[in-house]
Amino acid sequence: MALDAFDRALIAATQGGLPLVARPYEAVGAMLGVSGERVRERLGQMLDQGLVRRIGAVPNHYRLGYTANGMSVWDVDDARIAELGPRVAELAGVSHCYRRPRHLPGWPYNLFAMLHGTSREAVERQAQDIVALLGEACRGHDILYSTAILKKTGLRLKD
Amino acid sequence: MLTPDDARLIDHLHGGFPLVDRPFAAVAEQLGWSEERVIARLQALLDQGVLTRFGPLFQIERAGGQFVLAAIAVPEERFDAVNLIVNSFPEVAHNYRRTHTLNMWFVVAAESPAQATDAIARIEEAVGLPVLAFPKEEEYFVELRLPALTHSGDGHGA
Repeated sequence: MALDAFDRALIAATQGGLPLVARPYEAVGAMLGVSGERVRERLGQMLDQGLVRRIGAVPNHYRLGYTANGMSVWDVDDARIAELGPRVAELAGVSHCYRRPRHLPGWPYNLFAMLHGTSREAVERQAQDIVALLGEACRGHDILYSTAILKKTGLRLKD
Repeated sequence: MLTPDDARLIDHLHGGFPLVDRPFAAVAEQLGWSEERVIARLQALLDQGVLTRFGPLFQIERAGGQFVLAAIAVPEERFDAVNLIVNSFPEVAHNYRRTHTLNMWFVVAAESPAQATDAIARIEEAVGLPVLAFPKEEEYFVELRLPALTHSGDGHGA
């Protein structure tokens, strides 16, 4: 699915956020020279297509009280990761979960699972659940805690 | 920390924002608030940095784009300078400092895999340090839904 000119304009107009006015879609439409209804219709299609994941708020975890955010990384047996990855993803506290390439020799980890808690102890407990689930399929793991958000702007289409 | 009302608003605005002419009025009705109050509190939460954004979250991979996680082992004395360079790239959507030799982790968002590869090469050249790329090979689950807490955590920091 390729983006057409209207899609690109719609993304450019809303990627920084919806205007906080009573009729936000009308306001976006006014910027693009179309009706609010046309904006709503296309956003609805984009939601159906998965091109828009959701329309909503993006919280700063730290400010919500989740001050411990750990990227847990795991060296999982390649023969078993397809079976175990989805099960790790289902555990409470896990948000993003991906298989990614190793970079040997320094980086043996191929499964990444983001963990969020109110303390590092809470995150360590979540990690222990993953240790138990992976069992012998796991040859090692680490948790990389975030200590600063350096940038968080989301997607920016180039003009 | 958040007031219970703000936590309720944030939980309510996680997703599913209605595609109707006056969506804030629809949200207000569900919360038993006024439309003006919903808009004013949302603006305040954005101004305070409790929310980083409000609007549609585009999944550019559905249109041929690519997000690539990348990391650099930055010498401490160069951290701030490298950070400025990396963040100056519009393709860098997120960037986090993390507790590891690989201490800078960022996401490159581009409209095509070729553009993502190109951006990473340009970042590598600009900072003069190796950039390790971790493109996703499989996505098992992506949903960042955390209940907004209304009490303080135990203060161990990030």
